[in-house]
Amino acid sequence: MKNDIVLAGVGGQGILSIAAAIGHAAVSSNLNIKQAEVHGMSQRGGDVQSHLRISDRPIASDLVPAGGADMIISVEPMEALRYLPMLSPEGWVVTSTTPFVNIPDYPPVEDVLAELRRLKRCVAIDADAIAKEAGSARASNIVMLGAASTFIDIPFERIEDGIRALFGRKGNEVVEMNLKALRAGREHSEKMR
Amino acid sequence: MSKQLFLGDEAIAQGAIDGGLSGVYAYPGTPSTEIMEYVQGSKQAAELGIHRQWSANEKTAMEAALGMSYAGKRSLVCFKHVGMNVAADSFVNAAVTGVNGGVVVVSADDPSMHSSQNEQDSRFYAKFAMIPILEPSNQQEAYDMMYTAFELSERVNTPVMLRITTRMAHSRSGVERKPTKPQRGVSLPDDPRQFVLLPAIARRNYRKLLAMQDVMVDASEHSPFNTYTDGPKHNMGIIATGIAHNYLMENYPNGCPHPVLKISQYPIPRKQVEQIYAACDSVLILEEGAPVIEELIRGYMNNGKPVHGRLDGTLPRDGELNPNLVARALGIERPEGQPIPDVVKMRPPSLCQGCGHRDVYEALNIALEPYGTGRVFADIGCYTLGALPPFNAINSCVDMGASITMAKGASDAGLTPAVAVIGDSTFTHSGMTGLLDAVNEGSSITVIISDNSTTGMTGGQQSSATGRIIDICKGIGVDPEHIKVITPLKKNLDENVRTIAEELKHNGVSVIIPQRECIQTASRKAKAAAK
Repeated sequence: MKNDIVLAGVGGQGILSIAAAIGHAAVSSNLNIKQAEVHGMSQRGGDVQSHLRISDRPIASDLVPAGGADMIISVEPMEALRYLPMLSPEGWVVTSTTPFVNIPDYPPVEDVLAELRRLKRCVAIDADAIAKEAGSARASNIVMLGAASTFIDIPFERIEDGIRALFGRKGNEVVEMNLKALRAGREHSEKMR
Repeated sequence: MSKQLFLGDEAIAQGAIDGGLSGVYAYPGTPSTEIMEYVQGSKQAAELGIHRQWSANEKTAMEAALGMSYAGKRSLVCFKHVGMNVAADSFVNAAVTGVNGGVVVVSADDPSMHSSQNEQDSRFYAKFAMIPILEPSNQQEAYDMMYTAFELSERVNTPVMLRITTRMAHSRSGVERKPTKPQRGVSLPDDPRQFVLLPAIARRNYRKLLAMQDVMVDASEHSPFNTYTDGPKHNMGIIATGIAHNYLMENYPNGCPHPVLKISQYPIPRKQVEQIYAACDSVLILEEGAPVIEELIRGYMNNGKPVHGRLDGTLPRDGELNPNLVARALGIERPEGQPIPDVVKMRPPSLCQGCGHRDVYEALNIALEPYGTGRVFADIGCYTLGALPPFNAINSCVDMGASITMAKGASDAGLTPAVAVIGDSTFTHSGMTGLLDAVNEGSSITVIISDNSTTGMTGGQQSSATGRIIDICKGIGVDPEHIKVITPLKKNLDENVRTIAEELKHNGVSVIIPQRECIQTASRKAKAAAK
């Protein structure tokens, strides 16, 4: 099995938490993993990406080859489109539809969503609304992880464990809220596939 | 022991701790910062009493590490590649003094300049200083190299460079640890004059260093990190270093059909290089960074077998490698996905909403209106983002500290008023000496030390300047009448513009210190306090 994932978003939107939860799930499933992140200047409100590779065979490159990604997980709709050159012809885009507008020339949201609709394999969900429903607007990244989980070849329970490991220090309430967000994202995604 | 998920930087830090480290010295710089941060956060390091405080700059870090080596213990120095330039004086001479306890210098290169001003290749420095380099290709190798690097340093009697790049530093993978080695005790060098580089002693030491080169080559030829793997297709041999080896193997998941020499320890292993050169009709060199090995193998006259790489256009001359670029060099087709739709706009990084630097630039831009643009020399830090819209406020960003000295030079040339914008941590890193130059000459410059009480760009590390800037400026000799502290807030805009405008008129050195804590650091502190 092999899952090559590109995580996309804007600095501060929590894509590294998604990566960390999947990473934990992969390690506890005895899978090989490589995950490349970008730190530093680009974190200041710029576009950020992380490459996450999971396989039952040894992984050579830390970077996903362009044109080889099985999935783009994005917490922002325009950012999902930015990495289309990375996606394989059979790959899926799983993205939030909530725009993060911090530039003066952000395109009309309708245009962005129209581009997403043109993709053959795309799950686009209103992660912010789902997160609010689940109890915390801040958990929209975890909603996206839940939505993406249906495409990841790791048992869902392991990903739940990943959430527990990630948020355990913050107390049971935070863990439960994030688990709720995770499951809600998964349900929405299953409906749309 | 089971595997742990480590960033490359973290693997190095843990490898150093387990390798008998007594002290780490560093200045923050992407992508090296997390090495020190890991040691600072490590309970094990605390229990072992390992030194783990940030230094004022890379040179003081390198020198302190050499002092710890003199005293017999093992030390680690970490910085980004341009920090190597700052530390170069002590770094190069440390190869001549030699070591007592092992010294390892981690220099983190940033090809493609994700977060840097240039993409210099640190391997040139190690070659210049004539010391060994270790260049890991994965996190396990980074750990294993660091675990044994102190012994290598002690054996060849020089510091050892551990050269990493952004992908190595900031990529995570599973690492298996080894038992922790004990630290060395305090012990003086056998020769009490080993570290005294008087010409007569330096000449003797230097000859020892030259004689040691053969030992270093021999170590490379027998290093487990350098491997020769034969393949059936001898029309081309491939030399791949460090992380470039990963991109090669990515393209041959079932094994490379060509002979491959993986180099991860330098000086380059002569025997294996001769072997692959003799066995193959041509050589392809894959290395992250500059064409260091390629130039060596090709030679100035380039009259041997065909050598392909970054110099003949087989690979781009600049920027980091990736699986697709290497595929193309190998003649393998790897089509990219769909193009980026036109609707996608650039999203450059920007100063955080609520950041004090924003208020500084807003006020400065207004105060400078009567003089016109083109006279603001800035420095390295978050505030460099003042170059971008909506501020378009600065005209230079060169190296740590260059704001003050470039403003001085421009002022000397007659461009007055000339303004320097520098952060608090950058000021104590390399700004103070330049300010002294300006004070000594009474240069007509206005220095804005935008003080957010942290090293913000790299994630909020402790700043050596915190609480000291006013006293430092007074001590350097700035007229206290012309040291002005302001609070960069929207509500103070008019007052701040007035203060800056007044100092711009002053024919001499003025220092304006806008003081407000970094909002990222402040919110982290507030969160921590709430717990």
